[in-house]
Amino acid sequence: MRGAMMKLLRVAMLSVILMGIVAAKDAQPVAADEKLEQRVNALATELRCLVCQNQTLADSNADLAVDLKNQIRDKLRGGASERDILDYMVARYGDFVLYRPPLKAATLLLWIGPFVAMVIGLFLLMRHLRGRRVAVTPLSDEERARAAAMLAGVEPGTASDKGGSL
Amino acid sequence: MNRYIIPLGLFVVLVIFLAVGLTLNPREVPSPLIDKPAPAFDVAQLHAADKTISPKDMLGKVWIFNVWASWCVACREEHPVLMGLAKLNVVPIVGLNHKDKRDDGIAWLKRFGDPYVVSAFDNAGGIGIDYGVYGVPETFVVDKTGVIRYKRIGPITPEIVRDKILPLVQTLNRSGA
Repeated sequence: MRGAMMKLLRVAMLSVILMGIVAAKDAQPVAADEKLEQRVNALATELRCLVCQNQTLADSNADLAVDLKNQIRDKLRGGASERDILDYMVARYGDFVLYRPPLKAATLLLWIGPFVAMVIGLFLLMRHLRGRRVAVTPLSDEERARAAAMLAGVEPGTASDKGGSL
Repeated sequence: MNRYIIPLGLFVVLVIFLAVGLTLNPREVPSPLIDKPAPAFDVAQLHAADKTISPKDMLGKVWIFNVWASWCVACREEHPVLMGLAKLNVVPIVGLNHKDKRDDGIAWLKRFGDPYVVSAFDNAGGIGIDYGVYGVPETFVVDKTGVIRYKRIGPITPEIVRDKILPLVQTLNRSGA
């Protein structure tokens, strides 16, 4: 009787352990596909989630983002290239889906805008600096004479008021 | 005086940019599908799982394709507009029941009314992806040759029906293509 109980217990324990092994086997494909997962993630960080527009697909947990990530995974597994998948997304959602939009007429300002702003900024800066240099040009003889007169106190009244700004 | 002109000019340009930005709707992403053939599909109908529906079945007609779901709050807001449009009887509306449960979809239509000649049942959402759907409801106008001519993301309003959809349907119907 006791032996039978022990046997039953042993069988039960064994089956629990086996269940664990079976479960571990089930989870294996994901670990084996680490490379695929990396490719999926690399692509997902290049793509915009259209539901929450300031997030990438990789960052987003929105329903559509999850679906699209699954779609990317299926396509990669089916042998599609990165380029194929980007084209697939653009065909459906437009260039807006790309975080690095292609250079074309509509996106020209986007690409060269910062450089144009920089050129304008440099131009303004140079003009400003040149303007400052004008201010340090030497005094004319007439101004020199006036300054000397002020220092000597010949021009009464004006010297004490405006002295501060000189 | 002169030295204020440049900062003021920059400020005005900035204000113009921001003002224009405020009037734009960031959700209105220009669809690459306009003037492209409506993506093909062939799926079960919502009300009859044994019958299918495909854009091919609509060839020769101008039709409206409306993506909806029972879980979609904005669809409820849009629904009376669709009912009104259906009552005019000028253009058939095909529904796409998007990522929904069949029973929920059918119950929703029973409760609020069914403006669709037929609804396709897209439980997995694959058709939605092919049509670039990301905000339900979405509405497409498809011409007689099966080319998408108009797309609206978000609920359609009586104004959109009056000013955009009906005139477009009229011109498309008149054109021989």
